[in-house]
This record gives sequence, C-alpha cells and structure tokens, in this order.
Amino acid sequence: MLPIFAGMIVELGHFALILAFFVACLQAVVPLYGAHKRKYSLMALAVPAASAQLLLLLVAFGALTVAFVTSDFSLRLVVLNSHSAKPMLYKISGVWGNHEGSMLLWVLILALFGGTAAWFGNNLPMTLKARVIAVQGAIGTAFLAFIIFTSNPFVRLQTPPFDGQDLNPLLQDPGLAFHPPFLYLGYVGLSMAFSFAVAALIEGRIDAAWARWVRPWTLAAWVFLTIGIALGSWWAYYELGWGGFWFWDPVENASFMPWLFAAALLHSAIVVEKRESLKSWTILLAILAFGFSLMGTFIVRSGLLTSVHAFANDPERGVFILMIMGFFVGGALTLFAFRASALEAKGVFSFVSRESGLVLNNIFLAVSCLVVFVGTMWPLFAEMFFDRKLSVGAPFFNLAFTPFMVALGIFLPIGAMLPWKRGKIGQTIKKLRYAFALAIALAGLVWAMQTGKSLQGPIGLFLGAWIVFGASIDIYSRLGKTGDFRRLIRLPRSDWGKFFAHSGLGVTMFAIAGLMAWEQEDIRTVQIGESWSLGHYSFTLDDVADSRGPNYFTTMAEVSVFDNGTKIATVFPEKRVYPVAQMPTTEAAIDYRFLRDLYVVIGDPQNDGGWAVRTYIKPLANWIWAGALLMALGGFLSLTDRRFRVAAGAKKQAPVQGHPAE
Amino acid sequence: MKKLLLIIVLLLPNIALAVQPDEVLSDPALEARAREISKDLRCLVCQNESIDDSNASLARDLRLIVRERLVKGDSNDEVKTFIVERYGEFALLRPTAGGANRILWLSGPLMLLLALLFGGIYLRGRSRASQALQSDLSDDEKRRLDELLKD
Repeated sequence: MLPIFAGMIVELGHFALILAFFVACLQAVVPLYGAHKRKYSLMALAVPAASAQLLLLLVAFGALTVAFVTSDFSLRLVVLNSHSAKPMLYKISGVWGNHEGSMLLWVLILALFGGTAAWFGNNLPMTLKARVIAVQGAIGTAFLAFIIFTSNPFVRLQTPPFDGQDLNPLLQDPGLAFHPPFLYLGYVGLSMAFSFAVAALIEGRIDAAWARWVRPWTLAAWVFLTIGIALGSWWAYYELGWGGFWFWDPVENASFMPWLFAAALLHSAIVVEKRESLKSWTILLAILAFGFSLMGTFIVRSGLLTSVHAFANDPERGVFILMIMGFFVGGALTLFAFRASALEAKGVFSFVSRESGLVLNNIFLAVSCLVVFVGTMWPLFAEMFFDRKLSVGAPFFNLAFTPFMVALGIFLPIGAMLPWKRGKIGQTIKKLRYAFALAIALAGLVWAMQTGKSLQGPIGLFLGAWIVFGASIDIYSRLGKTGDFRRLIRLPRSDWGKFFAHSGLGVTMFAIAGLMAWEQEDIRTVQIGESWSLGHYSFTLDDVADSRGPNYFTTMAEVSVFDNGTKIATVFPEKRVYPVAQMPTTEAAIDYRFLRDLYVVIGDPQNDGGWAVRTYIKPLANWIWAGALLMALGGFLSLTDRRFRVAAGAKKQAPVQGHPAE
Repeated sequence: MKKLLLIIVLLLPNIALAVQPDEVLSDPALEARAREISKDLRCLVCQNESIDDSNASLARDLRLIVRERLVKGDSNDEVKTFIVERYGEFALLRPTAGGANRILWLSGPLMLLLALLFGGIYLRGRSRASQALQSDLSDDEKRRLDELLKD
C-alpha cells in the first residue's frame, strides 16, 4: 500500500474516534430527554445514534488494525507493541494486546451491544428502549473521553523507527490472542444488564417482561466470560511452565468476580421472570455485576494492585477510570436507593420452593464473590488503615473461597429440582436418592483405591457426580410419568441449558479437586539418552538441540514417553528467547490424554552436562476446561430458548401498563 | 551477525525452573514439608507468585533458606517466622489471623451469616404473605390460590 493512503487511513480512524465521542454524547442525552418528555421523535434518535456510533468505532478499530497489519511504525502504539517479523495472527491480536487498543476494542463492543439493542429491541416499550440505549451511550461517552484524553491509540511519532519493540512474547499465543476479546464481550455485555437496570429504575417499573429482556444479555455476557476465563486459565496451564491454571491473581479475580455476580444475576432474573419476586435484589445484582466489571478494568489499568497481567502503571488513567466507576456505580446505587422501594414483590411462595433454592444460590455466589473481593483488596486496605504491608495469595483464597463452592455443590441438585411456589424437601430428596447413593459409592471406591487418606479427591468426585447425576435425574423427570426418551429432544432448550451448565460445573469441580489431589511431580537432572519414570510412565531424553523460529531462538528437547514399556508419544519441550523483547519463555510439552496429561518441561543445562527436567502427571486437566465449555454450551442453549426468540414479552407486558408503580 | 545474536542470548536472564534438581533434599518427608512451606511464601520481587512457582533467583535463595532451616530441625511455623522476621509479613501468601487480619478471615463466615439471615427474613416474609393472603380471601379466592400454588 502506498504510504500516503496508509497515513490517510490512520487519520480517518482518529477522526472517526472523535466523531464517535460526539455521537455518544447525543445518544446519551437526547433519547433520555425524549423519554422523559414522551417525545417520540427524540426517542427515535436512539436507533440511528447507536448505529452511527457502532459504524464510526468500526472505522476507528479497522484503521488501527490496518496500521498494525501493515506495521505502520509512525504510530507510537505500533512501535511499542509490534514488530515487522511477528506472525500475522499476533500482528492482529497486537491491536488489543495493549492498553490503548484494548480500550478501543472495549468501546467497540459496547457500541456493538448498544447497536444490537437498537436493532433487535423492537418489542421493547419505546421509553425503556430509549433509556437503555441512552445509558449505553453515556457509558460510551465516558470511555471515549477516557481514550481520547488519556489513552489515544492514534498518537504519531515525529521520527518513526525502522522497526517495532515487539509484543510481550507471553502474549504471542493463540489462546491468549482470543482471551481478551471474550473477556471484554463478557464485561461489556454486563453493561446491557446495567443499562436495563438503570432504565427500569428511571421508569420505576420492573416486571416479568423486563427480566425476559435482561436475561439473554446476562446469559450472553456470562457465556463470553466463561469462555474468556477458561481460555486464560488454559493459557496459563500450558504457557507458564508449571501447569498452574489459576493463581488468584488480582487481575484474574477481577474477571472472576463479575462472572460470579453474572451467574447469580442470571439465576435471580429467572425468579423475576417466572415469579415477579426478587426484583430489587436483581436490579442491585445487575448494577454490581457491571460495577465489578468496571472495577476489573480499573484494577488492570491503574496498576493499583500489581499483577502479572497489568498493562500500564499510570495513576492518571486510574483516577479517570475511578471517576467513571464512581459516577456510574454511585449514580446507579443512589437511584436504586430512591426507587427500589417502588419495586414491590408480587409473587408469593413458601419457604421450601425453587424460589428459595435460587435465593440460596444467590447467597452462596454473592458472598463467595465478596470474599474474593475482600481478599483482593485487603493488601490495599491493610496498608491504608492498619499500616501493614502484607500479601493475600492463593492459600487464603483456596481456604476461604472453596467452602462456598462445596456448599453450592451440595445444595445445587436439590434446589434445582424443588418445584416452584411450594415444595416438600422430602419428596425432592427422594427423587435424588439414587444420584446421591451413586455419588457416595464412587467417592468411596476412589477413596479406597487411592494412596493416602486425603479426602480432597473423593470429595471432589462426590460433588461432581452428585451434580451431574442430579442434573440427569432432573432432566429425566421433565419427561413426566411417560418416561418416553424420544421426548427429551423436544424439551425446551432452557432445560437442556440448565442440564449442561450444571453438569459442566460438576465436571469442573471434580477436575480441579482431582488435579490438586492426585498430581504427581518429578524434578531431576537428566543426561541425554537417560531414562526416568513417574507413575507407570517412563521417559527418555533423546536429544536437545538449538534452532530458531520466526522471531525467537529455541532450545528444543526431544523426549520419548513410554507406558509400561510401549512408546506412546514423543514430546518436544522448549525454552525460547525472544531477542527483541529480551524475554525468555518456557514452552511446556504436553501429551494430552483423556484421563491425565503428561507435562514435560526442560530447564537449564547443568554443570555435569545434563539438563534439568520437570515431569508431571496431571490427572483430569482437560476436564477443567471441558467443564467450562459445557457451562458455556449450557448458557448458549438457554440463550436460544424459544421464549427469548419469540417476542414473548409483548403479550405479557400489556396488562402491566395500567399501574406503573407496581 | 550470528555472533551478536549469540551474545544477546547469553546476556539475557537465564530461564530457570522453579525448584531445581540441586535444591531437592534427599529426605522425601523433609522435601515434602519444604514444598508445602514454599507454597505459602511469596517471591518478594515477583508479582503474586510463591517461591515454589517462581523462577527468580531470590525465590531460589528463599527456597534454599527454607530447606536449610528444615534440615536444622525447625518446625514449619518456625521456618515461616524466620522468613517473616527478615522479610516482613509481606512474604506470607497466607496472611496471619492476628490483629486486623481477623476482619479478612472472618469476613466470609460473617457475610454468609448475614446473608442467610436476610435471605431467611425475606423468604419468611414471602411465605407469610402467602398465608396472610389466604386468610383475607373469600373461600372462592382461597380455592383459586390453592390451585395456583399447586401447579
């Protein structure tokens, strides 16, 4: 491409970004005013404004992508985060592999959600739709201002260098290339739940139809968050070199907290939808879920809590995001305080009922989330108020958080099967007795078979089996007395969604407990040609050789893996050095198997001519992410349920209009 | 050019495995204790990594100190105290339960109790409402409510 055109594209993108800011201002103010004054023409502006904002941000994002793809080193951001020799995939993922670009992606996704609400929200009441899109526009305004004034991706350099400084090599990985976009889709998706909550508070009305509109957005956001978190944890597992998959790092927690709140929200929205209860709690959850997403952004961008993931350590940006957070969350909570009392509950139900089960679900999820929050922020509080400089790490979270998940797992199958309105606990437990017996039997069997008396693995297996079998009995019971299996396929998709999501949680719980309980490790110095064994596997270091990749140097070992004497695989663990970024990385070699992964890492050459080698057997490793995928699949199936596709809300909403303060 | 690259590579920080073969104690029971302690100690120059996971040279030094103390006959707590006396409580990934940290450790159980309390009150209110509704109703309405609650 001729440089002059490339230059124009960047300026065009910059211009589109600034224009998007002004459109967002309009989008935030005019429809809101229109809804207040019941002026149709002003409210109608919401749709073209949302479309225009999306279009402009697409142009801006496209322009930045072109700059990265063509390695336009007159752009400061490209110089700092790219290199001409970098593979194309990472040139593209480099667009969001940095602070400025990722913020641009953030507002682009925000505009995308605003746009979809504008186009597909035809069954929404006019005023609600206008207000939702306006709130979405207000969030956009704030973040566009943040980008333009503190983090402009289109800043040029006076004298462009010959080449760039390369992207952090740890981030040059397919798993991580797509980890941030999914997380942003999740974070920003929760902005829709927030906008709906604020719009409903302004309207002073929330009913079953409202919940039916909010739930798909929450579900979608939760599905994206699930995938994003799973990708990140999978990346940590194979990339960081010792097979850890979750570190309770502040930035991980920042994505985990919205996930927990979103999970709580999508359950409480069911109660609003089916029973017109838990309204104010659901609104509060919607505000908090997005509030914690904003806090996640704040934690990552401000460098307030240092972490492996932190992009930038810039107090000015931190203060800006803190102000945005204060405005939106503070504003929404104030509104909530004034209006929540108007959201009176309608449904009545007895103490033992599905409703109560869902309340218990919300208690466990919300409190466990707050535990993560307290643990994450405690080092900061302790230093500010008690003058103690301390750390809160994985051992704390494992101890303080896990009991909530165990309790959740124990109650889940019962709560999920209790009938609505009024149930008998004895009847439900009776239905589940085989699931319970089978789960106990499995756990007992494994406990007898394993070496050592640790209960961690068996408890994990019990919980996992209990949840999966419970979910199976639940879906089987949906067939009614006929027991005709052919009807399974015709069950509502939300039933299948529930089945897969709950089963996925069970699988993940079992996998995490099993991996932590039954992992085996071996550390040694090995000469070339030497063999060693771990469990019933044995390994031979065949060779170690140096070579080079597109933008790195590598020391690659060749290791043969034998199972009871039969060769089953050859794996190639690597140590890489990225000279431009001046950074070494380890590339573990993993032989993925159904029940366990064999995980081999090569270390430094030793003085005696041998190599340091670490070998692990990681049982059930794949199951952690398989469970996460099942959860995401469950969410997706629920999302495609008929009642969300059909304009079901339109009918329900008609009788409500007569008494707005209901 | 090739020579230059070689020099660059050699000058880079060498990547080491977390626990290295030469650190491992010959007594497996003692080594297991060392690993357990290491998971609770923070690599002070790293970002939220335990010395068991970290590649940094300081982490290696700390791992060696831990093993040295264990060989000398220290208990697990004595080893941790030894490290905290030198590096401060910042080195503990599992904060102590003393002083203000009680808030940290008790926050989970307390919040759970509060949530259960409020949740219980709310649920009682809902089920009372259903009973209250029932007593205010005419026989016909009662029958209808019963029917509603049944399905």
